[in-house]
Amino acid sequence: MADGQAHTPNLAHHFDSMDQQRESSSLGMWLFLAQEVMFFGGLFVAYGVYRFKYQEAFAVASNHLSVAWGAFNTVVLICSSLTMALAVRAAQLGDKKRIIRYLVATILLASLFLGVKGIEYTEKYHDQLVPGPTFQYEPDFDQYAVPVTAETAHPNFAGHVHLFYSFYFVMTGMHALHMVIGIGLMIWLIVKAQRDRFSREYYAPVEMTGLYWHFVDIVWIFLFPLVYLVWRH
Amino acid sequence: MSAQAKQENYLNAKHTVASWLFSLDHKRIALLYLLTILLFFVLGGIAAMLFRVELLTPGPAVMESETYNRLFTMHGITMIFFFLIPSIPAVLGNFLLPIMLGAKDLAFPRLNLASWYVFTFGGLLGLGAIIFGGVDTGWTFYTPYSSTYANSQVILAALGIFIAGFASIMTGLNFIVTIHKMRAPGLTWFRLPLFVWSHYATSIIIILGTPVVAITILLVAIERIFEVGIFDPALGGDPVLFQHLFWFYSHPAVYIMILPGMGVISEIIACFSRKRIFGYPVVALSSLAIAILGFFVWGHHMFVSSQSMYAGMIFSILSFLVAIPSAIKVFNWVATMYGGSVKLDTPMLYALGFLGLFIIGGLTGLFLATMAVNVHVHDTYFVVAHFHYVMVGGMVMAFFGGLHFWWPKITGKLFPELLGRITVVIIFIGFNLTFFPQFIVGYLGMPRRYHIYPEEFQFLHVLSTAGASVLAIGYMLMAVYLLYSLVLGPKASRNPWKAAGLEWTTPSPPPTHNFSEPPVVKFEAYAYDEEEVYQDDAEPGDKGHG
Repeated sequence: MADGQAHTPNLAHHFDSMDQQRESSSLGMWLFLAQEVMFFGGLFVAYGVYRFKYQEAFAVASNHLSVAWGAFNTVVLICSSLTMALAVRAAQLGDKKRIIRYLVATILLASLFLGVKGIEYTEKYHDQLVPGPTFQYEPDFDQYAVPVTAETAHPNFAGHVHLFYSFYFVMTGMHALHMVIGIGLMIWLIVKAQRDRFSREYYAPVEMTGLYWHFVDIVWIFLFPLVYLVWRH
Repeated sequence: MSAQAKQENYLNAKHTVASWLFSLDHKRIALLYLLTILLFFVLGGIAAMLFRVELLTPGPAVMESETYNRLFTMHGITMIFFFLIPSIPAVLGNFLLPIMLGAKDLAFPRLNLASWYVFTFGGLLGLGAIIFGGVDTGWTFYTPYSSTYANSQVILAALGIFIAGFASIMTGLNFIVTIHKMRAPGLTWFRLPLFVWSHYATSIIIILGTPVVAITILLVAIERIFEVGIFDPALGGDPVLFQHLFWFYSHPAVYIMILPGMGVISEIIACFSRKRIFGYPVVALSSLAIAILGFFVWGHHMFVSSQSMYAGMIFSILSFLVAIPSAIKVFNWVATMYGGSVKLDTPMLYALGFLGLFIIGGLTGLFLATMAVNVHVHDTYFVVAHFHYVMVGGMVMAFFGGLHFWWPKITGKLFPELLGRITVVIIFIGFNLTFFPQFIVGYLGMPRRYHIYPEEFQFLHVLSTAGASVLAIGYMLMAVYLLYSLVLGPKASRNPWKAAGLEWTTPSPPPTHNFSEPPVVKFEAYAYDEEEVYQDDAEPGDKGHG
């Protein structure tokens, strides 16, 4: 192994070289993301089963969501992925100032996303659509031009709408939780960057956080059409 | 006291409590795990003994139905989630994997330590909820038992399992990265010990399966906390969906539990037959085959849960397919012993016990995969006996076999061989006496999870309880002589079994960084025809105690 590398302070004692260390963290992150895919996958499958089972109820319920806010948030999140990618690029070039600048931008965009999500949640709260004992729903079929079928005439139609909102809150809530964790990671990176911990040779934490952030972004890219856009009237 | 300077190893490097609780050394973390899971094993075992006493008589005797329900739930949850799943990977795997790979540590030592804290917290939370709150759903948490009818401690118990699941993901992730990136020079994939291969396959299942049960448990908790009907038919939910999601993890989890055991058995059989494992590449790949096939058989738990007949047929065929890689392993182990110079030391006796019991457990698995037979014996003691033959007869035998095999390496002490052999025989007899009658009583129609039963079943239940007592005596005897060996046992040399493998080339117990100089691998695993791989050049100072 190259002697120069063996003395790098950022090389943990049990690795032989920086390359081995970087490849290990990268593989570890991808495995973590594989595990995340299965976590959200289970949720998507459960949602898919009920979406298929109660098509009209889920269509009526999803019509209460604001596509405008959802689309706005999609753009915000894609922009945050761009600033994140730029932060990783800055880290590769060893440009401390830019790392911090792009990470701050990413955090701001993420906060904007969460703020909009908060507005949407508040609207649902006022409409009594938050799942739980306070949930109340009066079907208004004419407004959405939903045909009267065996499903819409089902005595438990409101219960099926309730089910939609349970999944809506669990799925978007899980996604938001992942974003909050991502913001925490970025704050940690900014502190590290300010202490000059990153260099052209050592920037794995920025790169790994970047991978994580793109994953969070991709989850939303699936969530938005599945929850907001399917069978829109 | 020996006049020579003591050799520094991972045990005597530092002595403070903090040096253990905050250690990043995979060997110390393995010992922390060992103590924790043994505590859980004892608690789960006590629960089993208590309800075995209740089952001595056909009517209610020493406890109410509710207590009985809580006890079998405690036994199941503790043994499966807090003992069997972490047992071999987190203890023996943690200790041995880096050494077998010629590495100084796992790829992520801090993640490894974190996993122990997460596991211990999850385990104590789960057990606390069960013991002080009382959970009576059975370890499967089937809805609507767990959502509508059980008390609210279900949330805490499920949360404990959810948290412990993260520990197992951390361990699995660590293993895969370490195996990919930290092998010593010369250690190619097909030179890896089969113990490593089986841990690789196990880790894949952990990474892909555990998150699914995590989200399932989370949905049950959300259903209970927010009173929504995700699995409640009255509110439009589907209880069978819970079973699908649960078994998507929990059937592969059976392979999380048995695959590491198979790895241990491969090591032991090769060493005590003085031969290469017959058909090594096929045995290695059969672990991966089990891991992959294991994800496509979950529906065989739902033959009678309103699953469509055609789905049932497919799941039945796929379940049969799992028998192929399992049988490959068994046949190749037997072929390894054929013509070998077999030595019947304690670890080998455990391995032979494993073989016999796993064959019975595996073959009865085929009965259960057959739809028509399954309908007859579904949810009876036949199923109970089947999975105890695989889990206790297979995995627990492998765990203790492995513990004995590597005991000299881990502790640096030798255990009394004769007592070891006697104990294996006691455990083997006790095990069969406990569980063989359960095949019969189950086939005759005794359902699982009932404590009131027709009088004609009493004889078989009495046999079973008697066997459980013999089994308990065996385990206690083992605890006594292993503890004795820690204090008064003779010092172990570097390679007391004359086994091949990198772990036997370093002193017992190993130094903190595992090897004095980074090893280079020149031979394939189990090269028992090359004398230099299994030498035991004990240093003169090592024989001091005698």
